[in-house]
Amino acid sequence: MALDKAPDQEDNFLAGLATRLWHVTMSLAEPVMAGIQRLIGAKRMPWVFLAPNLVFFATFVFVPLLIDFGYSLTGGTHLFLSQRPWDGSAQYGHLFNCQNFSNPNSCEQDRFWHAIFNTGTFVVFQVSAMVLASLITALALNKRIRARGFFRAVFFFPVLLSPVVVALIWKWILQRDGLLNAWLTAFGGSKVLFFISPHWAMFWAIFVSVWAHMGFYTLILLAGLQAIPGDLYEAAQMDATSATRVLWRITLPLLMPNLIVVVVLALIKSVQTFDEVYVLTGGGPGTATLMIVQYIYETGFANQVQNFGLAAAASVVLGVALFFLTLLQLALSRRKGEAL
Amino acid sequence: MQFRKFVSLAALGLGLLPSPQAFAETTLHMMWYSDGGEGQVMQDLLNGFEKTHPDIKVVLDTVPYKAINESLPVQLAAGQGPDMARVTDLGGLARYFLDLRPLLKDPAYFDTNFGPFLPWMRVNGDTKSIGGVMTQMTVTGPFINKTLFDQAGVAVPGPKATWDDWAAAVKQVADKVKAPYPLAIDRSGHRFYGIAISMGSKVFDDKGEPAPIDDGFKEAAKRVVDWHARGVMSKELWGSVSGATYLGANDQFKNGQVVMYLSGSWQIPQFAKTIGNSFDWQAVPNPCGPAACSGMPGGAALVGLKETKHPKEVAEVLEYLASEPVLSQFYARSLFIPGHTGIAAKGLDYKTDSPLVKAALNVFVGQVKTTSPLAFKLQGYQYNRAIFNPVISRLGQVIVGEMSLEDAEKRIASDVAEQLAVARKK
Repeated sequence: MALDKAPDQEDNFLAGLATRLWHVTMSLAEPVMAGIQRLIGAKRMPWVFLAPNLVFFATFVFVPLLIDFGYSLTGGTHLFLSQRPWDGSAQYGHLFNCQNFSNPNSCEQDRFWHAIFNTGTFVVFQVSAMVLASLITALALNKRIRARGFFRAVFFFPVLLSPVVVALIWKWILQRDGLLNAWLTAFGGSKVLFFISPHWAMFWAIFVSVWAHMGFYTLILLAGLQAIPGDLYEAAQMDATSATRVLWRITLPLLMPNLIVVVVLALIKSVQTFDEVYVLTGGGPGTATLMIVQYIYETGFANQVQNFGLAAAASVVLGVALFFLTLLQLALSRRKGEAL
Repeated sequence: MQFRKFVSLAALGLGLLPSPQAFAETTLHMMWYSDGGEGQVMQDLLNGFEKTHPDIKVVLDTVPYKAINESLPVQLAAGQGPDMARVTDLGGLARYFLDLRPLLKDPAYFDTNFGPFLPWMRVNGDTKSIGGVMTQMTVTGPFINKTLFDQAGVAVPGPKATWDDWAAAVKQVADKVKAPYPLAIDRSGHRFYGIAISMGSKVFDDKGEPAPIDDGFKEAAKRVVDWHARGVMSKELWGSVSGATYLGANDQFKNGQVVMYLSGSWQIPQFAKTIGNSFDWQAVPNPCGPAACSGMPGGAALVGLKETKHPKEVAEVLEYLASEPVLSQFYARSLFIPGHTGIAAKGLDYKTDSPLVKAALNVFVGQVKTTSPLAFKLQGYQYNRAIFNPVISRLGQVIVGEMSLEDAEKRIASDVAEQLAVARKK
């Protein structure tokens, strides 16, 4: 009996301790906050509560953004901004010096434009595949199937892995003497050298990325599916509505807010892709899977002459693209909110 | 009670005071990378140093080679970094090296024994500084899988055989024994330049400025592209990644899949360890071109770094490690070609029973003599990687059909010029 009571007593003790700590903290903070309020007035108090977050944002986001922009206006190899010679818009001039923008080889920085085109291709196919795969998986996992909990965990598991681990596992599967080629030859086929074919390399880069991240988006869509009231489906069932009609007329419209979140998050993450593709294909063959972030990294850090200015200019271009994607997300969410 | 409190406080105070030994001890950090087992050898030597110098402790921070090339330069530019580091980009990092000359007890010993290599560790215009100790001298050169030649019944080309002779021979072997890689060359501009210099590339113009595209270069580039087209080289190395990413074929060679592998002397220790008696491997002299039969020299040096707070102690460590008995032990146990002329002249008793290893080391030591002076000049050039990287990046694009060789040559010239312009912008 005593043994049964012990956890309760412990819980009570901890709850009491927490309450006492809360009171002590509040009684200490109260005169300070009251003093500040007397000083700046009640109307300005929200700024005080926002201040920690604003300081954090300014220190780790806004200031680095300004520094990056500053670097993009300078040249040379010095690390410290104060020592770098002013170059004006020259770095942007190098990036956008093209005879024909549809042909990267006609540009001064051809690798930058190859990276832009590759990132564009990757984003279009990866995001489409990601949304479709996540949606199908979420719909399947929302059904009353056997071992549903197990399958939910299985689809989410790759999200927990480091991107480098994911890429190394798939590299091991896809290489000349890898698992996939072993299967192909075991079934009478011949080996395929996936990483020397530009199309195969891009296909696997997209496939691996979708495999690794779809669990996260599936979870968001699953939450959305579970929030749809069951009586809508019951009503549809009583009206003998077909499954396809239910999907198009009930499920997808009510899932739209979650779908928008998934599309925009997947889009932003896709534009920023680096680690998985870098480890899996190294950006090759040639420049077939070279992504914009890899270009920035190599220009700024991997070359002997570290061109921080050009790398910063390219990252500003990437930042502007991401800014517009975020605006798109805000516009879409607002429109959806108004419609609802 | 008062007395007990006093005793407790006194004991606490005494406990917090550093011991006399801790007061005197200086801790130095050495950033290190290993190709094989040389990290363990260095640790043993440092243990020996600490026994005779109890006031100095040296912490060996082992990192991947990539960190030495990519992270260390950024750390040094930011005024941070270790006290010492083992580096290979000697010219590129020379501006961060501590000049040991005023700190050494016997700088003449360094001048005498590291003389040919000290200019590699200096910035342009500097003729006097002593940057560090050569932990190894390297020479690029080919290894062959002799067992595959025997199985195919193809004779191994002789010491003066040309690149074309070797390409034909290795293709014949690979076709007969179904080896997937007839010829593998590390994906590295440094390795390519051994072939280019042999083909007659001059690399520099009359003023000493880089002029990478000339007839010799074109001959070498044409061969490399043609070897890929004919299946002498597999696209998996030079064609499968982007930019200047390094790829070696040492794993494929160890697995017996490569007939001829152009890499360098630093591979010997790991081949000795991992191949064992699985097959007969040999180092062979560099194939010839019309101008030379040259590989590329190189090496790694253990250098002191300017930002250290303990320059005197750094010099003490490096002077100890540079001493003939200590350095001989390092080279002999690590199976490295000495970067110390005195030890090289006397010869080394390498710590191995393997006749394959001894034979390979002898071949590479012999290659030092046939290495073109131009190759030494290129290796000592401060911005040599600004030449090597565009070459490997653009040839990779040609190999996978992204651009023509002519376009690639124009791009290489402009890439090199662009990097030099950035480096020289004040």
